[in-house]
Amino acid sequence: MTCEEAEVLIHALIDGELDAGHAREVEAHVEGCAHCAALMKEYQEIRQAIAESDVRYKAPLELRRKIEKALPQPQAAPSRRSVLRGFAMGSAVSAMAATGLVAIVLRNDDEQRIENEVVSAHLRSLQAGHLIDVVSTDQHTVKPWFNGKLDVSPPVIDLTAQGFTLIGGRLDYVNAREIGAVVYKRRQHVINLFVAQTANTERKAAQTSTLQGFNIRRWSDRGLNYWAVSDLGADELTEFGDKFEATMRANKEG
Amino acid sequence: MVVNASQDDPEKARRFREAALPYLDDAYTLARYLLRDAADAEDAVQECYLRAYKHFDSYRGPAMKPWLFAILRNVCRAEYARRKTAPTAVEELPEGREQTPMWNEAPETPEKQLLRRFDGDTVRKLVAALAEPFRETFVLREIQNLSYREIADVAAVPVGTVMSRLARARAMLRSAWLAEQEQVK
Ligand SMILES: [Zn+2]
Repeated sequence: MTCEEAEVLIHALIDGELDAGHAREVEAHVEGCAHCAALMKEYQEIRQAIAESDVRYKAPLELRRKIEKALPQPQAAPSRRSVLRGFAMGSAVSAMAATGLVAIVLRNDDEQRIENEVVSAHLRSLQAGHLIDVVSTDQHTVKPWFNGKLDVSPPVIDLTAQGFTLIGGRLDYVNAREIGAVVYKRRQHVINLFVAQTANTERKAAQTSTLQGFNIRRWSDRGLNYWAVSDLGADELTEFGDKFEATMRANKEG
Repeated sequence: MVVNASQDDPEKARRFREAALPYLDDAYTLARYLLRDAADAEDAVQECYLRAYKHFDSYRGPAMKPWLFAILRNVCRAEYARRKTAPTAVEELPEGREQTPMWNEAPETPEKQLLRRFDGDTVRKLVAALAEPFRETFVLREIQNLSYREIADVAAVPVGTVMSRLARARAMLRSAWLAEQEQVK
């Protein structure tokens, strides 16, 4: 193999695209050729440097919003409309009962969809450079950062003593609107705590579910919906939710 | 209960959201490198998603990301064509230039010391300065992690062309990297 051939083929070798036979040939050339060996080392270093630097871009929120707006809205899902139609025709069911039942169907569908979106948002956040807009372990820095960016700022509390390190906050986009995400870490595991305002001020006890391999702990309190998402085990995520709620209660009472 | 099968739009939209929206940042990143302009990239990605949604019924795989990229690339090429008439047209290499074997560019002797690390902005600048079609191939491989086969499908060229473009792209980037390194010394 000549250097000229090797200079092209070392790239396919670096990328793992050569079959075993050709890979051996190129490796043999590189072993015996200081020039190609040094060149390959440089290419690998550049490759490594690029992989480790922040060369990606984050799509502007406005772009996400425009695309969301252009797509048919899930509110008009046919399953729900057919449910409505079904009840409208069923004379045995009173209008009141139908309304109640439809509300339940709607909410369950919405919850499922929003949980999907929350997991997608969690996945997006894990891509390099996307996790945090404001980096701080200090709740007094993260909390005011949200002010003015959202109608209602999410509560930001320090849970370091309880074993969950606050690492920052981020604006995200779920259910066709901007919401706050407070980011915590336990060991190497990221927890995104998504917080959205809700018209319903009724307290809802926490529930844990699993979606696409992630655990979600969801609860509502004082007009806010919470979703904690993580690859942490369900037990540890439950612990996180419990500690968070307990600290919130202590803060309110203290 | 009657489910109206023709009213599948919201269900289609839900499936499309789940399948395609997780790649929004990837698509935007590709568009930024292809068009080298934030506003144009935004327009291109929006157009890409609308087209993708329109053709989502015919989507059979294999992977969503390369499928979206192929659409995005066509949108971006239409934008190149539009710019050709504008004074700020993106320079493309004349046809045939690509065939020039890369080893005709006298390869510099590899450096003895380690290559310098640059910050993200500098690396972005060096990548963005690569000429097309090498920039596209490079970004699809190094930033988007596509295989040669996937790149070939996105760019509608044979796999061999992907390999030679990538070799050229890396050689050009290496030269630019060394030049930058020389400058900051
Ligand atoms: Zn050699």
